[in-house]
Amino acid sequence: MPEGRGFEVKTVEEIKAAIEAAVPGAGVEIVTNPGPSAQHSLRLAHEHAVAVATFLRDDEELALDFLSNVSGVDWPDKEIVEKVKVTRPVTKTVDGVEQTAEETVEETRKRVEPGSLEVVYHLYSMAKKQGPVIVRMKTVNRTDDVAVPSLTPVWRSAEFQEREVFDLYGVKFTGHPDLRRILMWDEFKDYPMRKDYVEPDDFEYEPTAHDEVAARAKAHQAAAAQEGAGA
Amino acid sequence: MSAPVKLAARMARQEGWNRPPVIETDNETQLFEVSMGPHHPSTHGVFRMDVVLDGERVIKLKPMFGYLHRNHEKLAENQTYLASMPYTDRLDYFCSMTNNWAYALAVETLAGQAVPERAEYLRVIMAELTRIQNHASAVGFLLQDMGASGTPLMYAFVQREKILDLFESLTGSRMMCNYLRFGGCRVDASAAWLEEARKLVAELPAFVDEFEEFLRGSEILMARTQGMGVLPAELAVNAGITGPMLRASGVDYDIRKVDHYGIYDRFKFRVPLGDHGDIYDRYMIRMLEIRESIVILEQALKEIPGGPVMDPKAKIRNFRPKPGEAYGRIEAPKGELGFYLISDGGPNPYRYRVRPPSLINLTILEDMCLGHNVADVVLIFGSVDIVLGEVDR
Repeated sequence: MPEGRGFEVKTVEEIKAAIEAAVPGAGVEIVTNPGPSAQHSLRLAHEHAVAVATFLRDDEELALDFLSNVSGVDWPDKEIVEKVKVTRPVTKTVDGVEQTAEETVEETRKRVEPGSLEVVYHLYSMAKKQGPVIVRMKTVNRTDDVAVPSLTPVWRSAEFQEREVFDLYGVKFTGHPDLRRILMWDEFKDYPMRKDYVEPDDFEYEPTAHDEVAARAKAHQAAAAQEGAGA
Repeated sequence: MSAPVKLAARMARQEGWNRPPVIETDNETQLFEVSMGPHHPSTHGVFRMDVVLDGERVIKLKPMFGYLHRNHEKLAENQTYLASMPYTDRLDYFCSMTNNWAYALAVETLAGQAVPERAEYLRVIMAELTRIQNHASAVGFLLQDMGASGTPLMYAFVQREKILDLFESLTGSRMMCNYLRFGGCRVDASAAWLEEARKLVAELPAFVDEFEEFLRGSEILMARTQGMGVLPAELAVNAGITGPMLRASGVDYDIRKVDHYGIYDRFKFRVPLGDHGDIYDRYMIRMLEIRESIVILEQALKEIPGGPVMDPKAKIRNFRPKPGEAYGRIEAPKGELGFYLISDGGPNPYRYRVRPPSLINLTILEDMCLGHNVADVVLIFGSVDIVLGEVDR
């Protein structure tokens, strides 16, 4: 990490080892960051996330008492197009005689890699003045299984930020004390920060008294036109 | 690191102030729900609090957001990195320079971009001038909220105008400065501009002395702010409170000292800390921070070297950082302002997230207000110092 932009006392490997010593079977995965910032992160398994978070906060060496930032990230389903060489038997008619021969052809195959929603937490220590330690969690998919455990019981500062991720990405935080929309209005249906979000033509369409009047006027005009045609 | 300023020594704190007693009666009361805002002068913008009152006392308070929401993050993900720079001005529109800096720092961390010396000095000068005008206005707004309508706020705005004039002469705009670029600053400051800035900084201590008298010399202010809206240090840390609010609760955490971003390790300045964590401390911390900013400005304006203000290798057109992610944060006047960016190698950020100090500092608004009178809610809320452009984004 460039000097003067935060510092880490422990590397992610050491933190991973410390977590696994404290929470057996925690299932922590290292996510490397290829960019120049080299801010690597740890991916937590859902079932141990709260235990790991509590350890990170209360551990005397790490003392990550300050949760700075919670962000949602959307990773949509990816359609991967591959060219595969396939060898298959082909029947050919040569001089009136049927022959079977092996032939290698190039085939285009498409497969869909399922997407997910991700939540990224940036942790710092105010007591030890160190950080950041970045932890992240992924949902199973983007449609029906979008739950991750809430870390609000561990760090109160996640309260509004997790509500925001729920509001804009649709991640459901299990264990959050007050999971409601925060920026969009309560009746809003979609999740605007998702990559495939399409905005409606009219955000706040509500049937008004005017619609009724317009419908009646239309019916009246149609009837009048028919009458005129009949006469 | 220099020792933090002991605040108590400087404060004319009136211990044992006789607060009027709370009258307990046997009268049956009915709970009353009030919607404060969104169009209420005390909310500093379009913000609403659903308050449940028992008589005058607050027993429940729920903040409601989103009246100014325009999905800043989505907009930024659909345009190039540089195109978001002027848009960051509109987050906290009182402090566009520090918003620019936080964004520039995040992108520079993402792309591994260096910044020339002179540009670093100019950034510090701009950020500290911004801090002074933000804190002065915050104190002006406090007096306004307490009913001193107009005059004290306009008094704070006299100095703010002078600072904004400096910004305008350099960047072309008073508030929407759009001054920083990835790898430097947009234009260089002339010698005449620096001379003007030095003149202004020389005037400031007298202004702060006089302005501090408004806080210390008013009996009404003492009675209404001391011991009000106390925020314990432990809760402040756990709730992610940053900036003057955190330091008023006595937690020594200033990102300028912790991260040494930019060139802050070159300047001598102290971090003021409060003892009580009440409204009064929060405002005194701001006054003391203005004094420390003046000290930084004096050093920066004296030491500023010559040279270019943009890294010649910095890429302006077709700027595509390598795939990766970065989180950059600075000590903005209102707290920790951070930007989290993910690059997929394209011209737009794949993910662009603003960590807004104003929103997160409101997490504990209910905790601070419970049990206080509804009139004090206005003061407690004002002492958080928020701007709705940043809360709602």
